Amino acid sequence: MMNADNVPREPYQSYHEWYSSQDPAHLKAKTRDAENIFRRTGITFAVYGHADSSEKLIPFDIVPRIISGREWRKLAQGIEQRVIALNAFLDDIYHKQEIIRAGRIPRELIEKNDAFLPEMIGFSPPGGVYTHIVGTDIVRTGEDQFYVLEDNARTPSGVSYMLENRETMMQMFPELFQANKVQRVEDYPFLLRQSLASLAPPGCKGKPRVAVLTPGIYNSAYYEHSFLADMMGVELVEGSDLRVIDGKVKMRTTRGYEAIDVLYRRVDDDFLDPLTFRPDSCLGVPGIMDVYRSGNITIANAPGTGISDDKAIYSYMPEIVEFYTGSKPLLQNVPTWRCSEPDSLKYVLDNIADLVIKEVHGSGGYGMLVGPTASKKEREAFAEKLRAKPGNYIAQPTLSLSTVPIFVDKGIAPRHVDLRPYVLVSDKVRIIPGGLTRVALKKGSLVVNSSQGGGTKDTWVLED
Amino acid sequence: MLGRTANGLYWMFRYIERAENIARLVDAGVRMSLTRSQAADSDWDGVLQSAGVREIFGEDRTVTSADAIDFMLRDKANPSSVMSCIEQGRNNARMVRTALTRETWEATNEYWIELKQLLARRVKPQDLPEVIDVIKRRAGLVRGAFHGSMLRNELYNFSRIGTFIERADNTSRILDVKYYVLLPGASHVGSSLDNAQWESILRSVSAHRSYRWVYDGEYKPADIAHFLILNGQMPRSLIYCYEKIVSNLGYLAREYGERHAAHETADAINSKLQSLTINAVMEQGLHEFLEDFVGHNGQLGQEITDGYRFYS
Repeated sequence: MMNADNVPREPYQSYHEWYSSQDPAHLKAKTRDAENIFRRTGITFAVYGHADSSEKLIPFDIVPRIISGREWRKLAQGIEQRVIALNAFLDDIYHKQEIIRAGRIPRELIEKNDAFLPEMIGFSPPGGVYTHIVGTDIVRTGEDQFYVLEDNARTPSGVSYMLENRETMMQMFPELFQANKVQRVEDYPFLLRQSLASLAPPGCKGKPRVAVLTPGIYNSAYYEHSFLADMMGVELVEGSDLRVIDGKVKMRTTRGYEAIDVLYRRVDDDFLDPLTFRPDSCLGVPGIMDVYRSGNITIANAPGTGISDDKAIYSYMPEIVEFYTGSKPLLQNVPTWRCSEPDSLKYVLDNIADLVIKEVHGSGGYGMLVGPTASKKEREAFAEKLRAKPGNYIAQPTLSLSTVPIFVDKGIAPRHVDLRPYVLVSDKVRIIPGGLTRVALKKGSLVVNSSQGGGTKDTWVLED
Repeated sequence: MLGRTANGLYWMFRYIERAENIARLVDAGVRMSLTRSQAADSDWDGVLQSAGVREIFGEDRTVTSADAIDFMLRDKANPSSVMSCIEQGRNNARMVRTALTRETWEATNEYWIELKQLLARRVKPQDLPEVIDVIKRRAGLVRGAFHGSMLRNELYNFSRIGTFIERADNTSRILDVKYYVLLPGASHVGSSLDNAQWESILRSVSAHRSYRWVYDGEYKPADIAHFLILNGQMPRSLIYCYEKIVSNLGYLAREYGERHAAHETADAINSKLQSLTINAVMEQGLHEFLEDFVGHNGQLGQEITDGYRFYS
């Protein structure tokens, strides 16, 4: 909240003034209120591997993260450029593969990658859009200094928290929204539905019917799936509701089977179609890929988009952005060592105590090593894994992340955060002004994942 | 709407209805043992039978009031314990979250949250009235939120049908377990034992007071049977349940322009109830009548499941 001279940073001025006039006991009570709101609403997530505590609340911090309109515009331009490049990249590698032929990316990195789906070669999704919804993970290290940590181009989650956090803040502190001009995030569900409907398949006559596909109530993000379906006013379906009939994907209604035109699926590629991918999947729809390829359904995001947010591809993003947009990337990549390359592996092993090492295909903060905070024993055990399968890992330096204030027992304290803005792609790219700010609640910690004790807070983008 | 959604609503409301009815049965059982001079663990045998869980309880297991209460309120092995019902009701609510108003969902979720705490361990006898009260109150909140906020459309109809199929099943089972105390020949008129038995039946449908208003304050077996089977003003009577089922199925038929086997079955059961007198029921044999009814009620549930494609 403060700059080096202990003066509130410009976007925080109004908030700081308000905060200074508040009674800490009152704010503590508000924190409990917020928790009750979340619990009653059932905004929970499941942590895998904890049978006894099957539903958890994500801790919510009542201090908003505030971004100035000016800084946001700059960030948004960078994200837009990156998302355009991602789609162009996907179109290219599933068609002419010019980037490979130009020698910018090694062929085996694409073709030997599990996230690359040969079934998508030569196929163009409706409107040429592969990634309808993107959640780009960003960290800030200083004024106008942003790094992209990850491009989530498969099924980015967390947008329900962006919306519920805002809702909760408006309920608890209406006066703050009068004093600060905060840009709206509430239109996200409308924009999402519009954006999905605008990319109906060629086989759709009339008004497109949209549905959300969920793995079901035991999935960790089920709350979000039902929330989005509800907010969009579309059916929430499971694989068992769907069947391919007469070349269309249809859902079983109380009146019989009815066709779906656009499916926002929150099921991974592997499970989408047991006839094409994992035969043991009961979450998907047998034959949906045939319907897709014959232009009778839109699947969002398209199957095979995982190749673009793969951690092994990530290190090539600067080249990818430049190759397709013709200009230098506006947003920086975190410097990344690919452990598959012998020189890099040596460097990583020599400097393991200073690096963050991630699994190429991992997510959710599982299977990673944070060198500076790991014990010697943990580091040695990880080095073993690294030597055994170097191709599975990448390494990055720990950035000196900027902090934002959170409310703790003793008042305000700084914590590290990241930011996931949400991007919708249709005929244009729309970036919702705000996003999900995840915060590492433990002092000094850099891990913000909710499965590892992270929390969330509302994210304000101010109007100028 | 999805067949799975119709199924979810139907079962959500069946389980919520069942939880409340089980709590009433426990309430009536407790009351019974309080007003009897002798220890009345054998009465709990009847209560378990009314709940349809005597077998799951363990046929060889000795019934004590403490065990029976615990089994009916919170045993996870008992699919009809109050906790199991609320757990399943809420799971169904989660599954059909998009079909529920926020108020209805939150009332259901808070019901579950509170019960999970209250029933985390064995309920002490002195806390029992409070626990039963919470269950009834929470059920009332769900019902109120539902009535006050849901659109009167197909979602509403499937929810209501679930409620009344379950309620009709519960009322007929309660009657059937105690049918012998309602037989004309079996009554020792005016004996306090009979009074206690009859009151227990009425209490388990929350009707021990309303009965007195309707039937001039006197317990008579035929009147009690009439009240629970054929009185259209009594919201837990079989005839009331069937009037509601028929009207909700009727809305669906008009809305969809299509009738199913379920409509014929419901109409047949309803018109039979409409033309019956309590004397005729007694002549046919109360037990035979109720057995027959439970069977047809179950058949109707199955026909609704098939007709509206709940599963396939």
